[in-house]
Amino acid sequence: MTYERQKDFGTPEVLSETQVTLSIDGREVTVPAGTSVMRAAAECGGSIPKLCATDNVKAFGSCRLCLVEIEGRKGTPASCTTPAEQGMIVATQTPRLEKLRRGVMELYISDHPLDCLTCSANNDCELQDQAAAVGLRDVRFGYDGADHLGAPTDTSNPYFDFDPSKCIVCSRCVRACDEVQGTLALTIDGRGFASMVSAGQTTDDFLSSECVSCGACVQACPTATLQEKSVKEIGKPERSVVTTCAYCGVGCTFRAEMRGEQLVRMVPWKDGKANRGHSCVKGRFAWGYANHADRITSPMVRESIHEPWREVSWVEALEFTAGRLRTIREESGPRALGGITSSRCTNEETFLVQKLVRAGFGSNNVDTCARVCHSPTGYGLKTTFGTSAGTQDFDSVMHSDVVLVIGANPTDAHPVFASRMKRRLRQGAKLIVIDPRRIDLVRSPHIAAAHHLALRPGTNVAVLTAMAHVIVTVGLVDETFVAERCEADAFEEWSRFVAEERHSPEFLQDVTGVPAQTLREAARLFATGGNGAIYYGLGVTEHSQGSSTVMAIANLAMATGNIGRPGVGVNPLRGQNNVQGACDMGSFPHELSGYRHISDGDVRSLFEQDWKVTLDDEPGLRIPNMLDAALDGSFRAIYIQGEDILQSDPDTRHVAAGLAAMDCVIVHDLFLNETANYAHVFLPGSTFLEKDGTFTNAERRMQLVRKVMEPANGMQDWEVTQALANALGLGWDYTHPSQVMDEIARLTPTFAGVSFDRLEAEGSLQWPVNEAFPDGAPVMHEAGFVRGKGLFVVTDYVPTDEKTGPRFPLLLTTGRILSQYNVGAQTRRTANVVWHEEDVLEVHPTDAENRGLKSGDWVRLASRKGETTLRAKVTDRVAPGVVYTTFHHPETQANVVTTDYSDWATNCPEYKVTAVQVAPSNGPSDWQENYAELSGRSRRIAPAEPAE
Amino acid sequence: MSDQERIAGIVAEHEGREGPLLPLLRDIQAELGCVSAEAEAQVAQALNLSRAEVHGVASFYHDFTERPDPRPCVEICRAEACQARGVEALMQAARDAAGDRVRLADVYCLGLCSVGPNAKLDDAVHARLDAAGLVSLIESA
Repeated sequence: MTYERQKDFGTPEVLSETQVTLSIDGREVTVPAGTSVMRAAAECGGSIPKLCATDNVKAFGSCRLCLVEIEGRKGTPASCTTPAEQGMIVATQTPRLEKLRRGVMELYISDHPLDCLTCSANNDCELQDQAAAVGLRDVRFGYDGADHLGAPTDTSNPYFDFDPSKCIVCSRCVRACDEVQGTLALTIDGRGFASMVSAGQTTDDFLSSECVSCGACVQACPTATLQEKSVKEIGKPERSVVTTCAYCGVGCTFRAEMRGEQLVRMVPWKDGKANRGHSCVKGRFAWGYANHADRITSPMVRESIHEPWREVSWVEALEFTAGRLRTIREESGPRALGGITSSRCTNEETFLVQKLVRAGFGSNNVDTCARVCHSPTGYGLKTTFGTSAGTQDFDSVMHSDVVLVIGANPTDAHPVFASRMKRRLRQGAKLIVIDPRRIDLVRSPHIAAAHHLALRPGTNVAVLTAMAHVIVTVGLVDETFVAERCEADAFEEWSRFVAEERHSPEFLQDVTGVPAQTLREAARLFATGGNGAIYYGLGVTEHSQGSSTVMAIANLAMATGNIGRPGVGVNPLRGQNNVQGACDMGSFPHELSGYRHISDGDVRSLFEQDWKVTLDDEPGLRIPNMLDAALDGSFRAIYIQGEDILQSDPDTRHVAAGLAAMDCVIVHDLFLNETANYAHVFLPGSTFLEKDGTFTNAERRMQLVRKVMEPANGMQDWEVTQALANALGLGWDYTHPSQVMDEIARLTPTFAGVSFDRLEAEGSLQWPVNEAFPDGAPVMHEAGFVRGKGLFVVTDYVPTDEKTGPRFPLLLTTGRILSQYNVGAQTRRTANVVWHEEDVLEVHPTDAENRGLKSGDWVRLASRKGETTLRAKVTDRVAPGVVYTTFHHPETQANVVTTDYSDWATNCPEYKVTAVQVAPSNGPSDWQENYAELSGRSRRIAPAEPAE
Repeated sequence: MSDQERIAGIVAEHEGREGPLLPLLRDIQAELGCVSAEAEAQVAQALNLSRAEVHGVASFYHDFTERPDPRPCVEICRAEACQARGVEALMQAARDAAGDRVRLADVYCLGLCSVGPNAKLDDAVHARLDAAGLVSLIESA
């Protein structure tokens, strides 16, 4: 497709039952009541000149270019602020209007540099377009008056420049920051002629301001004032391809705007139903890793991890790998082999990796990174509701009255959804935050939580059960909902259980650290405040009682009748782009695609007939069990696609020992990641820009990923897996991922109606898509629960075995930051390091004072498992007794200190609670020194041998 | 008492008030002689606004200044009516009289159009000014 900007309707879409019909330049058009005349004109193919209007922010009426004449009305009203009315007769082009518009345009141009030919927005500039549209021929005012042409450019942001000399002060950027992003980082400084767009205060530039670099202002700018540096460097794009972001589980869709094989910029796609035209700093700007010098594009092998890597051909690499795998299977049986699928890769790639393990390796030893994040969600929601997924779409939040956020930090980890949530909160919805840390949502401009329950890490179940206690004992249960929709016996047992005095807020407040009165008020608000929606993240799941917490959340939603309609529900915020999809595709050792147990003979035989193999009927090993089995010699080979378990999994030293004990570690990735330090085979991977497939986001929305450039490594990831399968003699012959999706649809009732053709035609589908839900299901459990009746589950609070004591008196909890993503493999290789170049440890002022620490000091962070060093940041965002850090940087390796305690049901690691001590330090820990040395040694690549 | 504490005190006086931003900025300007970048940030934090929002409001009004100016200030009306009644002819004399000691500020209408040229010193408006009257007003500042 050739390059053109996405159509701009001028003002936002209006949803109204009532329709009005009007005539615009003799054309009849019918639009929802409340739609602006400007938008109505655009709907019928017209185009009224405009500068200050754009369809992702409310009408402003300042540029005076969009004036129209309306029969029977005086004057020339602005079409952006005039609602269409039944029977209106509008003229958009008359001599009077043309004269007015030209006059306005002359004023704009009299203070604008006339450097169009050398401007980076040339031929992609709305000011230029509108000058042409109004027929500007000269500027009567001349160019000798005062102007802003000398204003200096602000280049402080790494991704875009702000050149006020080209600014027409239309306020689109300011309004986009306010309305779309909700950060309110921009303003108009001064008044009258001196008015200038300003990031923050006089003392600020863009980088030092409150700007979070989401790009909404750049997208809104009609001129070259706010523009991507990449456009300045590369030039105007010449084509665009719509694809899906590969960062978090929000699943934003973007137009990848290309010039030849070069990506110029990623612009959020306004028709994307997950992001509705918005983006964050990661998806919008942090794609430079795709061409980073560290990227490995040639396969490499080595006999042992003590040798340097040898670059080899694909044929040699695959033969080497298949040979090793065969030998190990002959010596130790199929259960000595396994694989890990990636939540970063497509559904099709994930499906093929688990198929390779089950059908090719011959074991069920396949697991996925969801093991360490949302496996308790799968277990908990399947048990209570009958299906392993969130119940709503993102749009649902716009109908919520009370939002309960627990163990999630959306403004950092799911920023695009957070912007939508904040928009609803600014409209008046109430907010309850349950988090040990004072996250931004607790208090940031125009947002304030009604209640912040700053609980002690590890006491989620106690807090939620205490909320249930209040709801049951005060009589706030939605009796009708429970009677109609839930299992009566289970509810009776549960309500008796939570009503016990030992679950009262007063009884538990010493355990949880949450004052009883605050908890009571929060519980009342949630139960009585209207539509109540619960959003949660890894602060819920990554605990020894992760699954219990998920079920306690489900109990709370059912007891208050907050399931089965827009505005309510239980919503896990998925960390990775395709973690939902990876789970759906049969990545767990006990489940085939669509969450069907491997021991179910009927399901197994369906796959056996299709794949023409016999499947092992016993669940395979989970990741931690694979590592344990490696240490006792019974698990010897692993194929890891797109995951860096050494850095991301808990208890790094245990992971390292397990990997080191294996005979064949195959890492399939973009970079020599930390896990690759223990690998024998490195298969280069392809980025999301280089492949076709689908991702499934946190709202179960399946969206197409489209190839915009050729894979630098020569093969898309699914092709690599197929090549490995065929090296093992499996004879796969897929020629396109759509065939893999057809196979998934054929074998999985949940996806029976999904195909690439439908996704191409409809943009996205929210599973289930089958006979019962032919067009998918934005909201689940509307008529009844998937399992029939909702099941209340008794959730007894059991404190974790990880306890503080004299040696380790503080509790460490971990999380993410906006600019970095997960282990940082991608974001560390972009300019995002400007915002976060190292992990820091947040320490409460009291704890810091006791230890003689101040911000910036190096500290030693030690647990029973290990120790590392990093810089301290003294802040009261954390409560006394709690410290917090991120895990984005391999130099820190925060997971050296985390433990191997895990969720009782799913083995999801307890990242969020580690007893630690913090002390001043003057150098790296022994582990850091040893690891740095090993890492340097292991990453050596032997020089190519000279040709004979 | 530090500026920060004084601002905190002013913020406390306005607690619970609807639309507190402008009254607060006025009190800060009166008390500290300016609304500095730090003051804007402190007000933003207190009212749960962004720093940019507070700056947008503060920079809109000329009566809020970023830095204190200890000099006395004479405001001279330069709007149409006073221009018609000859204020422009007085300006050079005013500037000479003010020198660096007195700050002259242009304002647009003091509400006494029929009796201009007008100027304001502290809370008093002076009308029917001629060159001598204006100079003596400036000298008295």
